[in-house]
Amino acid sequence: MVLQPSERHYGDWNHGRLGPWCSPTGSPAPLSCETGCGEGSWILVCRLLFPTQVSLLSMEEDIDTRKINNSFLRDHSYATEADIISTVEFNHTGELLATGDKGGRVVIFQREQESKNQVHRRGEYNVYSTFQSHEPEFDYLKSLEIEEKINKIRWLPQQNAAYFLLSTNDKTVKLWKVSERDKRPEGYNLKDEEGRLRDPATITTLRVPVLRPMDLMVEATPRRVFANAHTYHINSISVNSDYETYMSADDLRINLWNFEITNQSFNIVDIKPANMEELTEVITAAEFHPHHCNTFVYSSSKGTIRLCDMRASALCDRHTKFFEEPEDPSNRSFFSEIISSISDVKFSHSGRYIMTRDYLTVKVWDLNMENRPIETYQVHDYLRSKLCSLYENDCIFDKFECVWNGSDSVIMTGSYNNFFRMFDRNTKRDVTLEASRENSKPRAILKPRKVCVGGKRRKDEISVDSLDFSKKILHTAWHPSENIIAVAATNNLYIFQDKVN
Amino acid sequence: MFARGLKRKCAEDEEAAPAYSLQRQSLLDMSLVKLQLCHMLVEPNLCRSVLIANTVRQIQEEMTQDGSWCVPVPQTAGRASRDRLVSTEILCRSAREGARPAHDPGDPASELQVVPAAQAPGAPPGGVWDGDGPRENRGSFHKSLDQIFETLESQSPGAVQELFSDVDGSYYDLDAVLTGMVGGAKSGQDGLEAFAATAAPSPSAGCKSDLGELDHVVEILVET
Repeated sequence: MVLQPSERHYGDWNHGRLGPWCSPTGSPAPLSCETGCGEGSWILVCRLLFPTQVSLLSMEEDIDTRKINNSFLRDHSYATEADIISTVEFNHTGELLATGDKGGRVVIFQREQESKNQVHRRGEYNVYSTFQSHEPEFDYLKSLEIEEKINKIRWLPQQNAAYFLLSTNDKTVKLWKVSERDKRPEGYNLKDEEGRLRDPATITTLRVPVLRPMDLMVEATPRRVFANAHTYHINSISVNSDYETYMSADDLRINLWNFEITNQSFNIVDIKPANMEELTEVITAAEFHPHHCNTFVYSSSKGTIRLCDMRASALCDRHTKFFEEPEDPSNRSFFSEIISSISDVKFSHSGRYIMTRDYLTVKVWDLNMENRPIETYQVHDYLRSKLCSLYENDCIFDKFECVWNGSDSVIMTGSYNNFFRMFDRNTKRDVTLEASRENSKPRAILKPRKVCVGGKRRKDEISVDSLDFSKKILHTAWHPSENIIAVAATNNLYIFQDKVN
Repeated sequence: MFARGLKRKCAEDEEAAPAYSLQRQSLLDMSLVKLQLCHMLVEPNLCRSVLIANTVRQIQEEMTQDGSWCVPVPQTAGRASRDRLVSTEILCRSAREGARPAHDPGDPASELQVVPAAQAPGAPPGGVWDGDGPRENRGSFHKSLDQIFETLESQSPGAVQELFSDVDGSYYDLDAVLTGMVGGAKSGQDGLEAFAATAAPSPSAGCKSDLGELDHVVEILVET
């Protein structure tokens, strides 16, 4: 299925033109405190996906029509619930960036190609393909509407010219193929113009078709649909390093799939109690080890992480390792369990560490040490005194994600008020930055933000009471090898990059 | 010195204890309303529901220990399995049906072993709250639960607002009391002393507007 291509395009509408950033050798630039978390070292490259802006675009804008002719625009000039970005993910080379939204759409951005006369444009991303991945459905047995919202996107490693990605909503995982076509075969004489086979008796000669160039088309086609395996809501999908299997995790179960088989999956974890009234814990996230195809982890609402080895048994109900930090009795409150619930778990690229995000902190665990994390970073500790209000308005249940940079030396996660945080693991420096239209002009260096914690509020500081809890950064992504980050703020996608010194 | 300290402690007992139990009660009420709203949905956010249910259990456990909740949950093991969370229904029924022996060894709740949040180092569990009339407390609990269910059953938005208007005054200090005892316990002070100190200022001006929002949500959900 190819989505109806629109005649309208939107391409490079961003305003910034930046100097070259990447290291000349093209090797991953290590993030030091000067270049990574140092104050004022991040600049806005472009802001994407803001419908108001996009629809204001007219055809006389500088739009690169050569490369994009399969993107479409929503026909409205205001942001709706459906436009809220619900996931962001770079592919393995960083050339493509995929976003999913609450309306079930997937938008793929492609990095501006490097060319000799346009060196300054590196780091910019333009729309490459847009397609409707999931549609709202109705479960007639349960009399229940299934949202189209894209919960997660995961790219498969590229093996040929085409790109493959998995996208999932609450119930169904789909494998999409995204491929380019810039030539079409012409000159067949076995078929007529409408594609019908001609009567062989009328064909006296055989013409070899020739490939003729045409406008580049980017097609997204669903190749597999993995449905009907989850009773609860899917929160994670993860591609295995064997490239043949992947897993999907919901609140109570984890299933293992083969990419070629859609009608069955193996249930590898099931924590559903026989009596649901005894349920006290749910699975919140799960991920495969980046190199060991037999190993995966999953996190729980009780703040624990279980590492399972599929070689031990087919059903991984018993974990191999169990990571849990003893509770600090001095911090105990009625909200202890809620704030220790893990919202995201990510293996480091090296596979040595696991990062977990709970409500107030992000923690790094060494796979070889189960009794406590090796590092704990406070994301917004000033909210500790506001937990009751945050419980009351349900913000305490927000699911913040976390990401590693390419060299595992810096971690990033989101907060409220459109703030996001970076922690340099080596220097122990951290920075709070803001993704907002008002405060970031293209090319401008992002000003570090500070939240006032008690005492007198200094100039440029924001008091805790004036934070906007409706503006939350839940989803971010870090380029696999360079210092380029994508930050989703409601219906805006911001691309920032490290400023070249 | 000892006597002086002791005297001071006693004086604060009287002030802090009712404030705390009141706020704990508000938290419980709030959690029960949230749970009830979860149950109105065909497929609620399971993680959220479980966390709220665990919070209710925790409060209930603490109230059982300090005597302000004399009625333990009934046995649930024999109940037919349903695709539902541990629910307020159990809690409500037990509150309505009347007494069972406290600290039933077969009580599933006792397996949870939740240490009370308010328990300061050195303070005997429960002892602190002995001054509270458990009977009176249970009465108010009865009242609030009944209220919740009446209003939710009658599905009248006005009634829900009424219900909240009854509780909201006590929300103001909740943040300070329920989360602010950290500092006190750390510094090695008497738990209650710190407790009373943190309870005194009432921050979180946002509470009131948040509450309005919740009202609104309740209204919407009740009407549908």
